[in-house]
Amino acid sequence: MDFRFTPEEIAFRQEVRDFINRELPPATREHMLRGKSPTKEMVVEWQRKLNARGWATPEWPVEYGGPGWTPAQKYIFREELQMAPAPQPLAFNVNMCGPVIIAFGTEEQKKRFLPRMANLDDWWCQGFSEPGAGSDLASLKTRAVREGDYYIVNGQKTWTTLAHWADWMFMLVRTDPNAKKQEGISFLLVDMKSPGITVRPIITIEGGHEVNEVFFDNVKVPVENLVGEENKGWDCAKYLLGNERFGQARVGASRERIRRLKALAAETLDGGRPLIEDPDFRRRITEIEVELKALEMSVMRVIARETKRRDTKPDPTTSVLKIKGTEIQQAVSELLMKAAGPYAWVDGDPDAEGSNEWDVAPDWAFGLAGIYFNWRKQSIYGGSNEIQRNIMAKAFLGL
Amino acid sequence: MDFDLTEEQSLLVDSLRRLLTDRYSFEQRKAYMKSERGWSEEMWQAYAEMGLLGLPFAEEEGGFGAGLTEVCLVAEQMGRHLTLEPWFPTMVLGAGFLRHAAPPELRRELVPQIASGALKLAFAQTERQARYDLHDVATSAKRHGEEWVINGRKGMVLHGDSADRIVVSARTAGARRDRAGIGLFLVDARHPGMTIRGFRTVDGGRAAEIEFDNVPGIPLGDPEGGLPIIEHVVAEAIAALAFEAVGCMDVAHHMTVEYMKTREQFGRPIGSFQALQHRAADMLIALEQARSMSYYAVQAALEEDPEERRRGAAAVKVQIGRSARFVGQQSIQLHGGIAMTMEYACGHYFKRLTMNDSIFGDADHHLRALAEEGGLVRAA
Repeated sequence: MDFRFTPEEIAFRQEVRDFINRELPPATREHMLRGKSPTKEMVVEWQRKLNARGWATPEWPVEYGGPGWTPAQKYIFREELQMAPAPQPLAFNVNMCGPVIIAFGTEEQKKRFLPRMANLDDWWCQGFSEPGAGSDLASLKTRAVREGDYYIVNGQKTWTTLAHWADWMFMLVRTDPNAKKQEGISFLLVDMKSPGITVRPIITIEGGHEVNEVFFDNVKVPVENLVGEENKGWDCAKYLLGNERFGQARVGASRERIRRLKALAAETLDGGRPLIEDPDFRRRITEIEVELKALEMSVMRVIARETKRRDTKPDPTTSVLKIKGTEIQQAVSELLMKAAGPYAWVDGDPDAEGSNEWDVAPDWAFGLAGIYFNWRKQSIYGGSNEIQRNIMAKAFLGL
Repeated sequence: MDFDLTEEQSLLVDSLRRLLTDRYSFEQRKAYMKSERGWSEEMWQAYAEMGLLGLPFAEEEGGFGAGLTEVCLVAEQMGRHLTLEPWFPTMVLGAGFLRHAAPPELRRELVPQIASGALKLAFAQTERQARYDLHDVATSAKRHGEEWVINGRKGMVLHGDSADRIVVSARTAGARRDRAGIGLFLVDARHPGMTIRGFRTVDGGRAAEIEFDNVPGIPLGDPEGGLPIIEHVVAEAIAALAFEAVGCMDVAHHMTVEYMKTREQFGRPIGSFQALQHRAADMLIALEQARSMSYYAVQAALEEDPEERRRGAAAVKVQIGRSARFVGQQSIQLHGGIAMTMEYACGHYFKRLTMNDSIFGDADHHLRALAEEGGLVRAA
């Protein structure tokens, strides 16, 4: 038992940190330090720099351009990006669709899509959820009917993150309506410029546009865009969801936000004294820090196990990481808003530029309430925290 | 990073697990508790034969040269069986002071006796006014020529009534709550100046109130600079307590989940009800976070910098205490009435977890302390 990073891993961390310090555009860092999501241009620019360095696809095997990192290195890399803060390589491309194509796709598909995914020449979005298929994903209804060399797709996807920026969508469709729920589903790759696709924005409670509804009206998808076998798409979906082992913990991101929170609370007065000196407030921060330390060690345990595992079965303890990771992020976002006090009142999309033009609040306070509102999504998406508890009860406790 | 046990560690855990499975069932434990001393002399001898009692001492002093990790692995097994013997005060507290502060010749004299099971130790620290403050020490040690003499009163001394030698913290200079001016002394429990009143603790263990009336003591380390040593040993003890708590929680949780599969109400196992499933999942989260934190506890106790060590240990107490409270309370709740009975094991795990939390400061105490010190993460 040795719970510390090796000297090689510590050297690797420094290498990553040096690269970020040298290459990350200061405007991107400034933008993200304020808690805003990076713009499309920022993400694309950064991912291309990572790709040039061979670091855009940490999860991919070396033969497909992955860097050949150990789980610990992958974790360190992610954590350094979160702490910088810098954009992550686009998850839809490199953590979700890419690995599915590598595992189930044809040589044709690999050649055609993977290099463009890595370089973010194509922006991908995920077409899974539907109005009637949220937690119960397998009840999805969007239909694909084969006609000659095409599938004709009809139906609706929802909560599609950044579909309005996307060039392609990977989606689950029902190809056999008579089979048992999970057995009639296929995994398709769809060009977002195809006729018959309509993307309609969903504005979330904080005022931001991140998610969309996507409608499919007789959309023609060439059969060569089917990944894996017809009606075996659920295997791809399970594989994709099971790949997410420690990504949702986001320990580095929470640590960066706590650092920010402490700095802001030191500048803000409460009762004539810095807010950080208020014992109750400080205690609330400390409670979160303790949970975060435990979570960090939980992530290490999953990584250590990961290093030795051979199979790709999902690990039920990753549910712990999802639940705790999102609870912590939500709690930090709430304290950040609280730190701003009444200055959190100013309405507006937190990601928009120049929204504090009348100088009614300190610059740093703008958008903190919006982020708090927006981050309530975290315990809902990626398998809601209640679904995670179901998984734990069934897969782990045998209840 | 490596969370796997080495071959030696696996061997240690396996043989201890076998011993306790054979000889420390819940029924056997009840019998040990009823015996005269409140714990089993035979088990103590069995630990000695296994080599447990020499574990953390250097080989040249008569020990086995193991480290804190091995001690913690033993603690986890002790937690799983709610053992009653004076293992913690002897092997974690007493041994800690001997390792960190005793002159080598004293260790060479005592370690073989400890390893053979002949000598048991305790740590007399808390005083009526001190609560959890390690630096609040009124008991005095005064120097008379070559000899140090101790006067005062200590309470809640774990297994103070079965110890042969006792490490006592005493003030050698300064005011009652000064951090400087505290010394550590080793006294003989049989000295006529000692008055020891033993009593049963809520978890089924033993503790004692001890009065010192002109009792001579051997100084361990700098007679005015004992507090850093105390804090170091306490950080190690917190790691061992964390592992012990994880052992208790693991059993309580497992017991609860198994019960949920067999207990039927409304015509089906209560484990089929989602409200209860989610509670069991939340217990598992609390347990897993505690287990992770127990690993961090070892890392923190091995920190070179005393301030980092103290912060780390405080964070551990907060997480372990909160997890222990939740798992303990919910294991009773999900069982229902059966776990309220003295005959059923679950309640005993709950009681031990409750007491474990308040040894060297409960979660609230350490949360306040850690918050005052500025937490774990540095400001941007």
